[in-house]
Amino acid sequence: MLLRLLRRTSVFLASLVVSSIAVFGFMAVLPGDPARVALGVDASASAVRRLRAEFGLDRPLVNQYASWVHGLVTFHLGDSYVSRAAIGPQIADRIQVTLWLAVTAMVIAVVIAVPVGTVMAMRHRRLSGLLLSGLSQVGVAVPAFLAGILLITLFAVRLRWLPANGWTPPAANPRMFFEQLVLPAFSLGVVQAAVLTRYVRSAVLDVLREDYLRTARAKGLRPAQALVRHGLRNAAIPVVTMLALQLATLLVGAVVVERVFVIPGLGSLLLDSVANRDLIVVQDVVMILVVAVLVVNFAVDLLYVAIDPRLRTGTS
Amino acid sequence: MTAMDAGPGVELASAAIGAPRRGRGRNASLVVGAVIVGLLIVMALLSFVWTPHDPTLVDASARLRNPSAEYWFGTDKFGRDVFSQIMVGSQTALFVGVAAVGVAALVGVPLGIVAGMGPRWVGEALMRFNDLLLAFPALLLAIMFAAVYGGSTLVAMIAIGIASIPNFARLVRSGTLQVMRTEYVLAARAAGRHPFGIGLRHVLPNVSGLVVVQASVGFAIAVLAEAALSFLGFGTPPPTPTWGRMLQSSQELLWEAPRLAVFPGVAIAVAVLGFNMLGDGLRDYLDPKLEDR
Repeated sequence: MLLRLLRRTSVFLASLVVSSIAVFGFMAVLPGDPARVALGVDASASAVRRLRAEFGLDRPLVNQYASWVHGLVTFHLGDSYVSRAAIGPQIADRIQVTLWLAVTAMVIAVVIAVPVGTVMAMRHRRLSGLLLSGLSQVGVAVPAFLAGILLITLFAVRLRWLPANGWTPPAANPRMFFEQLVLPAFSLGVVQAAVLTRYVRSAVLDVLREDYLRTARAKGLRPAQALVRHGLRNAAIPVVTMLALQLATLLVGAVVVERVFVIPGLGSLLLDSVANRDLIVVQDVVMILVVAVLVVNFAVDLLYVAIDPRLRTGTS
Repeated sequence: MTAMDAGPGVELASAAIGAPRRGRGRNASLVVGAVIVGLLIVMALLSFVWTPHDPTLVDASARLRNPSAEYWFGTDKFGRDVFSQIMVGSQTALFVGVAAVGVAALVGVPLGIVAGMGPRWVGEALMRFNDLLLAFPALLLAIMFAAVYGGSTLVAMIAIGIASIPNFARLVRSGTLQVMRTEYVLAARAAGRHPFGIGLRHVLPNVSGLVVVQASVGFAIAVLAEAALSFLGFGTPPPTPTWGRMLQSSQELLWEAPRLAVFPGVAIAVAVLGFNMLGDGLRDYLDPKLEDR
């Protein structure tokens, strides 16, 4: 158990190092020098040289990498080459927005997927189960930004129930915050739910075939009771894994959904930085997104141990 | 997507469908998927030689027409025929799909076979590398590329291809591990056959079914990711029509002409649905023995 924990932790740390080198290396090795890219092709050689010196781009790559990582760890990310604004506070603001969106979407996805997937599994030979399966198949085929546009068309343009876009911090105006959050969160959440239902269905189907469930039925529990008492905990392991793996999809989906709903989150910052050729901000945001995915995957590894007692004894 | 992940559907190939799925379900999936994909290919090929109108022709006198006998899906704000644009858009979707799936399979399949056949530590190391790649979804990679090179079809293809490598590698590795436990492989090893020969002779043919299935699902992921990229403006540049950009430019006209969003949206969803269903159907059809459970 301790050995397992140590191994997981070292793999996690190694992943952090390798991915940071990959992101840094990708940005550093590419032909476009960030200073040149930031200033544009018409900039004079001396202007480029000055900017390079100012931001330390003329130092050896190893030093640049070290100070970048140091900045990431201490969250002193320096200033943008382009806007000269401090990057750290900007990112901190944006992360909150994206977290609201992603977490709400995740909750919506789970709340829809667990019951629907369970029903799909319990009725997999009946029409209702097949219909739900077909519906989830269609849901998987709809990208979040398309769902967003369709939801805007229906609820903002036609019915005028909810605003089509925008963002208000929860502290400023809770009601407005909620109204503006509903459509983007559902765009992301419903699509995630479609993917997740299929895993819930498959996990529950597996559990339904287990002996202990037959035993539970034999001692007089109804199918739903047996499933809730004995099955769902076992079905949870693959579903939780999937939930974590979907986080990457969710964050990336948020990038596009933020664009659709004009939400000032991390994704909008990333896209604006690409448009402004602000490579250092691009590098920081990409790295933060990658770290988020790695951290969650690591957390899920640890969570397995909590969910599955078999892993705790170290027999497997 | 969701995009992308880019992609929803990433894991569908190996786990989504439980075992009790025989009879009509299997056949329906395969048939419907094959028909949709077939129609898509025909549409893309046809659009090289014929479209009802020139998809890039700007005609101010025909702005925002409703669907009619002349303009089947109506026209956009520049008076361009939407149906013709949808037809030509299928070229980009399929082209990016072919290239991305090609890149992913060419790297991922050998990687998976080596990881499955080699010593334990090699397999472990390759799979950790695989996990690492999973932290870089297609869209994120593409945005990084686009930040430096600008958006293009090539950027989309390469980014989606690289991001899809882990799906192939993981699947092929698990298939390889199963094949390696069979007696004919044991016999081949006992006969002193070189591992390379075993890989080529025994493993590759036996995992090819998995690869075909994953390729179909990979297509679905690629179509989603390409749509997201061109929606964000990082895909194939104008004037070549793409479904994603059609959606993007429809957004400002949602009040006047919501149908402009519906047509490319349905095109994306139907294409993805077709490839996913084809993948599901093929899995049941091709591979009774290499199933996950």
